[in-house]
Amino acid sequence: MSFSAFLFYVLAVILLASAVRVVSARQPVHAALSLVLAFFTMAALWITLGAEFLGLALVVIYVGAVMVLFLFVLMMLDVRQTDQSPRWRLHLVPALVVGAVMLAEIVLLIVNGTRTKTESLETSASMENTRELGELLFEDYLYSLELVAVLLLVGMIAAIVLTHRQSRFAKRQEPAEQNAVRRDDRLRIVSMQAETETEDDTVHSSEKREH
Amino acid sequence: MNRLRHFLKTWLLLELLSGLWLTFRRMFKPKFTVHVPEEKTPQGPRFRGLHAQRRYPNGEERCIACKLCEAVCPALAITIDLAEREDGTRRTTRYDVDLSKCIYCGLCMESCPVDAIVLTRIYEYHGEQHSDLYFTKDMLLAIGDHYEAQIAKNLEEDAPYR
Amino acid sequence: MIQWLADFFGSMGATGLVIWTMIKIVLITLPLPLCVAFLTLAERRVIGAMQSRCGPIRVGPNGILQPFADVLKMLFKEAVVPARANRMLFRFAPFLALVPAVAAWGTMPFSENLWLADLNAGLLYIMMMCSIGVYGIILAGWASNSRYALLGSLRSTAQLISYELAMGFALVGVILLTNTLNLGDIVRNQTGGFLHWHLWPLFPLFVVYFISGIAETNRHPFDMAEGESELVAGFHVEYSGITFALFFLAEYMNMILLSALAATLFLGGWMAPHPIFNQLPLLGDGFLWLALKVAGLLFIFLWVRASFPRYRYDQIMRLGWKIFIPLTLVWIVVVAVAVRWSALFGGGA
Repeated sequence: MSFSAFLFYVLAVILLASAVRVVSARQPVHAALSLVLAFFTMAALWITLGAEFLGLALVVIYVGAVMVLFLFVLMMLDVRQTDQSPRWRLHLVPALVVGAVMLAEIVLLIVNGTRTKTESLETSASMENTRELGELLFEDYLYSLELVAVLLLVGMIAAIVLTHRQSRFAKRQEPAEQNAVRRDDRLRIVSMQAETETEDDTVHSSEKREH
Repeated sequence: MNRLRHFLKTWLLLELLSGLWLTFRRMFKPKFTVHVPEEKTPQGPRFRGLHAQRRYPNGEERCIACKLCEAVCPALAITIDLAEREDGTRRTTRYDVDLSKCIYCGLCMESCPVDAIVLTRIYEYHGEQHSDLYFTKDMLLAIGDHYEAQIAKNLEEDAPYR
Repeated sequence: MIQWLADFFGSMGATGLVIWTMIKIVLITLPLPLCVAFLTLAERRVIGAMQSRCGPIRVGPNGILQPFADVLKMLFKEAVVPARANRMLFRFAPFLALVPAVAAWGTMPFSENLWLADLNAGLLYIMMMCSIGVYGIILAGWASNSRYALLGSLRSTAQLISYELAMGFALVGVILLTNTLNLGDIVRNQTGGFLHWHLWPLFPLFVVYFISGIAETNRHPFDMAEGESELVAGFHVEYSGITFALFFLAEYMNMILLSALAATLFLGGWMAPHPIFNQLPLLGDGFLWLALKVAGLLFIFLWVRASFPRYRYDQIMRLGWKIFIPLTLVWIVVVAVAVRWSALFGGGA
């Protein structure tokens, strides 16, 4: 067994174990962390297969951003550890069905799918596949990429519109206005004669003070 | 024009840069650090440090056990017991100051009709246990004897302002 | 000598390669904590000077041994684990903060032929390591089972994610200009004196990158995660002794890393400011120049800390999302157009 094969099996075992832990962990935060580990191992696997850009991007995007947001939400929700034992029976049948469908899809993909594509990737796997990928995405598949980008943009706008309705009671500051305030807007310096206190005034003011 | 100036001021970070320039210049100015214990900050005659009990020049203790200081002490740091001495004068048998309670407000000194209890300029003292900071009459008198010259000078310097 | 060593181990085949790599790893990771130690000293002295005081001067000549005194103190303090904390994650979090900060140095080029791994996607690798450093902070805050710690870690999570975007866009500008992700090639692209540094064409991106870097490392004036005036010490409020020291180490290592990355990307890395300097015996093109540049950038970190008050949380978010990201996007378009233009018409740039 060569070193790379050994590495592959070790990583695969870690990946599977952490994936199982994602499903079985009772503490949601632990499940999320296991998912992080799974992503990490997956990235390592991809890098050993020569797809270093994909691996690093997986970590940057999924581990560095998406899972952080997941954890963020989990912590905000303060989900308590569930004491009930997971009801395996209840979910067994749908889970099996979904699993079988997914397995079938993967097998189909492997059997009559993209064998040629992977070979072309392997030939160019001189650790320079960032450029390769870029050219593929932005020249061969530019229109589909643009389509996906537009879809994402629509989704993003929808999410913002849905969550960001103006509440009637919301009080907000306008930092731009605050910053734009100059001294002259708030303060007016008037030049006037200096006033001296006459006797009449002092009587007046002392009277006022008494009132 | 004004707007343009404001715009440039914001985006060129001019205000931030002027703040940075200020701190940069500060770096080369002389430092204000006082290197305790080699250097010490100057003290005024009213400095309120460790307590002391004074005597008259003839060696008689000043305190007449009027208990004004005990009454005025906001931290209840002073404890006084009294008795009549053989010669018929009223004297303390016990005059304790708990330094761990004392807040060094100096009210005892202000209230004293005979200038018996005073706060000296001593401030460098410590105790490793609570009991080390519990000063009895003998200790206070000893401090007073030792620093009498300094104490008298302080009181004299401060007298015109009272 | 390095070349000689490399040849020596290279002649030993695979085992030689492994040994040589190990030696290089040790050579990179061992001086790092030492740098951090003296960075803390420099920080206290510089900030002290800016506030017209001395800073630590008692331990050793001119306070030079102060960091070691601090380390000894930390080592002998008890590392307390709060009663209802998640013990495993609580212990684990400091390492999770430290490891990426060290690992990121793997692809950093120190000079023409002195680095650990000449990875083609080196820049991406460093970004990856920067982005997973946040886990230490999140887990520390969550595992401590303390409100202050949790609030601190939530704040820093949001902050890190927002500023990572601005930082990433700033790096995209560099990639556009150099057409590579390899850090060595990026430095070589700046050959020929300081006028060829990326600093000039990418000046706004450099500023954005550096400010985002300050925010990424949770330093003043963006240290919302600690925010001692409202959150005591933020995410590491429950940590004491050596566990706290690890967080501290990670923060300062990240500072050095970001400065080194800024020097590499924008200030010509190991290159001398002008080819004239190559005639000098000691300086030449090499590690010393990188060290000087990093030291200068670190000084700015400390300088900023001494000068500015802390931002309010919503102000930080506004700055990140509404100013930095649009600004970098606009400048990326400008750079892209300029690069295309010069490619089409064969002009300079």
